[in-house]
Amino acid sequence: MRAVVYLVIGVIFGITMYKSEAASWFRIYEMFQFKSFHMYGIIGSALIVGALLIFLIKRFKLKSIYGERIVFMPKERSFSRYMFGGILFGLGWALAGACPGPMFTLIGAGYSPILVVIASAILGTYVYGLLKDKLPH
Amino acid sequence: MEILMDSWPWYISGPMIALVMGMLIFVGKNFGMSSNLRTLCTICGAGRTTHFFRFDWKSQRWNLLVVLGAIIGGFIGAHLLSTTTDVAIHPEVIHELNTLGFNDAGSAYLPEKLFDTSVFGDGISLIFLIVGGFLVGFGARYAGGCTSGHAISGLSNFQLPSLIAVIGFFIGGLVMVHLLFPLLF
Repeated sequence: MRAVVYLVIGVIFGITMYKSEAASWFRIYEMFQFKSFHMYGIIGSALIVGALLIFLIKRFKLKSIYGERIVFMPKERSFSRYMFGGILFGLGWALAGACPGPMFTLIGAGYSPILVVIASAILGTYVYGLLKDKLPH
Repeated sequence: MEILMDSWPWYISGPMIALVMGMLIFVGKNFGMSSNLRTLCTICGAGRTTHFFRFDWKSQRWNLLVVLGAIIGGFIGAHLLSTTTDVAIHPEVIHELNTLGFNDAGSAYLPEKLFDTSVFGDGISLIFLIVGGFLVGFGARYAGGCTSGHAISGLSNFQLPSLIAVIGFFIGGLVMVHLLFPLLF
């Protein structure tokens, strides 16, 4: 049963990524050209609604539908890993025009070359794992 | 129905993304897509060589189901909920892209130059896809998250690390589009 729930959430996510055009290479390019409000509107409105939701969960100590306490893990403090990792991610995001959610959406949309992007993203993750201890974090 | 079939405006799309995050929180999980790339490494046996991939991937099976759903959602969005592939980007952006050789800007969902099946026989385009994907995978894990984990989940929870990561995403993206694209395309 829980499996079906995760699958349905994924389907809603995938449809949203495609229909919002957040999975379009052209929208990502346009965003980095600051020529349209579209992507900023998406991220901004997601943040406002998301922040409100998290505030309400904390304020009223809401529980999950399984009755468990909802905890938010604070992210580990650092500067270099977020800045350097972020810059590398941004370079790739603009070039491939897809981040890790939309990548999968584009398989379903029928663009087979995205499989090359996904395979090399998996390889990139693997290489990070190999070099992890040698990188500044 | 027409509203569904057209491209969704930002004020529908953004709250829908927050809804996806909310649903995951309420089933006791979290919204973060790039961790699936790590899970896929582990499934491929990366744990044999590297400590970072030694974890019980079955604990992440739920997130792989979200991925499977995202694939199905992409199919539904593209084939059942769309009649055209055009993406109405700004006319000036279309013009700029035309000068870079992207002639289908404005009329295609993804550029043919990078995502037509003919790229499998085109070394340069393949290299761009490989390098782009590699940087996304490497960078997301180095930064500890991607657009979903940092820009949406992290910023919604006012996490300073996520703000640093998102600033990094933009520095990288701006350098790519403004400084490197004119050299690459």
